[in-house]
Amino acid sequence: MFAWSRFAAIVVKEFVQVRRDRLTFAMMIGMPVMQLVLFGFAINMDPKSLPMAVVAAEASPFSRSLVRSLEASGYFRVVAQPSTAAGAEALMAEGDVQFVLHVPADFSRKIARGERPVVLVEADASDPAATGNALSAIQALNYSALDRDLAGSLAGLRSPAPAFELRVHRRYNPEGITAYNIVPGLMGVVLTMTMIMMTALAMTRERERGTMENLLATPVRPFEVMAGKIVPYILIGYVQVVVILVASQLLFQVPMVGSLALLSSILVLFIAANLAVGFTFSTLARNQLQAMQMTFFFFLPSMLLSGFMFPFRGMPGWAQAIGEVLPLTHFLRIVRGIMLKGNQWDDIALEVAALAAFLLAAGAVAMARYRETLD
Amino acid sequence: MAEAALAIDVEGLTKRFDGKVVVDRFGLQVRQGEIYGFLGPNGSGKTTTIRMLCGLLTPDGGSGTCLGFDILRESARIKREVGYMTQRFSLYEDLSIAENLEFIGRIYGLADRRRRVDEALERLGLGKRRGQLAGTLSGGWKQRLALAACLLHDPRLLLLDEPTAGVDPGARREFWEHLHQLAHEGMTVLVSTHYMDEAERCHALAYIAYGKLLASGTAAQVVAGAKLHTWAIEGEDLAAVAAELRGAPGADMIVPFGARLHVSGTDAATLAASVSAAAARRGLRATSVDPGLEDVFIHLMRRAPEPVTVAGRAEG
Repeated sequence: MFAWSRFAAIVVKEFVQVRRDRLTFAMMIGMPVMQLVLFGFAINMDPKSLPMAVVAAEASPFSRSLVRSLEASGYFRVVAQPSTAAGAEALMAEGDVQFVLHVPADFSRKIARGERPVVLVEADASDPAATGNALSAIQALNYSALDRDLAGSLAGLRSPAPAFELRVHRRYNPEGITAYNIVPGLMGVVLTMTMIMMTALAMTRERERGTMENLLATPVRPFEVMAGKIVPYILIGYVQVVVILVASQLLFQVPMVGSLALLSSILVLFIAANLAVGFTFSTLARNQLQAMQMTFFFFLPSMLLSGFMFPFRGMPGWAQAIGEVLPLTHFLRIVRGIMLKGNQWDDIALEVAALAAFLLAAGAVAMARYRETLD
Repeated sequence: MAEAALAIDVEGLTKRFDGKVVVDRFGLQVRQGEIYGFLGPNGSGKTTTIRMLCGLLTPDGGSGTCLGFDILRESARIKREVGYMTQRFSLYEDLSIAENLEFIGRIYGLADRRRRVDEALERLGLGKRRGQLAGTLSGGWKQRLALAACLLHDPRLLLLDEPTAGVDPGARREFWEHLHQLAHEGMTVLVSTHYMDEAERCHALAYIAYGKLLASGTAAQVVAGAKLHTWAIEGEDLAAVAAELRGAPGADMIVPFGARLHVSGTDAATLAASVSAAAARRGLRATSVDPGLEDVFIHLMRRAPEPVTVAGRAEG
């Protein structure tokens, strides 16, 4: 028999318990708000204002009009005008620009002669989603870009036949294969998730089961506990990396252009940074459930704002600022840079420095929060 | 025998949790090689005091030494020389018996770890079950394992927090025999307990309630110090006698012990008058007896100024 009073007893008890568990309560309210804000405002599948470098071998009205019309499309923003192709190459390798526009030396002359000069647009296709729409916009521009300049005696050169040929060169991922972008990124995502969760749980478990009291009563030092907890998971992290790398080669044929040794050495930093976050969570969480909740609170923005799922450059400034704080953001740039672009140490030094700074900060918080006593 | 050195000598220990005083100006002197019993109701501050002694909690006030080391500044040294057995089993349930001992051995950096672990297992009689997970042990075995673990590094002082809670009488007796053997070899033991028979096995006792030390000394001294007089009434219908005596002049405390009723009070004359009157009315036999430790403790606790709320944290 169903008894309302018994049913009501359970309902009342559940509400009391939920209210008492502040973190769960905050999570139930906070999660939808966070997701709404992130998905609604931060994520943009059609990124605009992508940084572009222009290598103009001639400065003519034609070349200026071309650049202006590209900018007018909304998809491009000229941020650099290197004098050489090598300079532009470096900018793209470091990820400072997404596109390079090469205007040939005799652009105006050839247009005037109706020779349809070739304008090369290099696109960083390591993230096909970020460049796709911009490249489509280029194709449309092709026809109309110079219409205004081709006035008077040159009017005959107007469309339908384009006055010049725009050749798009997809760099790093010529076929625009999404897996090339996703699979290396997945390495960072998997590591973020498991490393933070494992350490957060491992420490919280000690407290929850009461073994922490025994541990604290021994002469063991905080740093010994922290380092001892972290090292095994670094090894586990490496096993995960090996699995992902082997799978990316065998199943997806993702290239490994750069140095595996460089990637491996940076992985230590990235894994340690995540473990320090997990350790910090473990000093805050009162039980394993809370540790899990905190992990998700960190993981969700990591996944959405780092550029893993959605183009980083498509996000508004505030979202990019949050993204810049997250270690995954920097690691994604590093891993994609090394695997797809063949980045060397010089190209990624800044990103590595950001990771190191994060590790130091998170490690300091973790050490400051760790108590040698039960106070 | 010359006056033995003090293993624990603390004065004025105070601990507050969220503004609530859990231990209030507590002083304790324990001689070396002594088994010192630590008694008091739940939440009286026993666990908190033990934790302050071994450096797990920082006292808000007070000072003193543990094994000659300053409890405020030298807790690292104290930790090396003290074996602390927590109230709740705090070894790793997902490690085997041997793995737990190996772990403790490594933490203390014992040079002859292998040999010590083997010896400990042998002493425990667990040599054959060394591979068994600690979580699958019964309460009594868990307690033995925990004791073996905190003895592994040859501490000079044992702090045992209700070590025999939930352990059967046989295992408790064995445990106490072991403690006396250790004390005989020079180990100092501070043990908290709720069992009166265990309290009587201690060389000296301290009774603490609401964070305050109420009495200390040998069992006999504590009983004598309470200046309590107790009468035992035997016979039928004791519940009715108890009801009648409740509130009677001089009868401060009425405690049923099965077929006997203990009536205690500090005013010997009025107590005697009330008890004999009540017993005589029903034709029961009332005899003056020596108060037991339990009578004294209950009396001490009732007399203590009771704060409205006690002990902020679990087990205070």
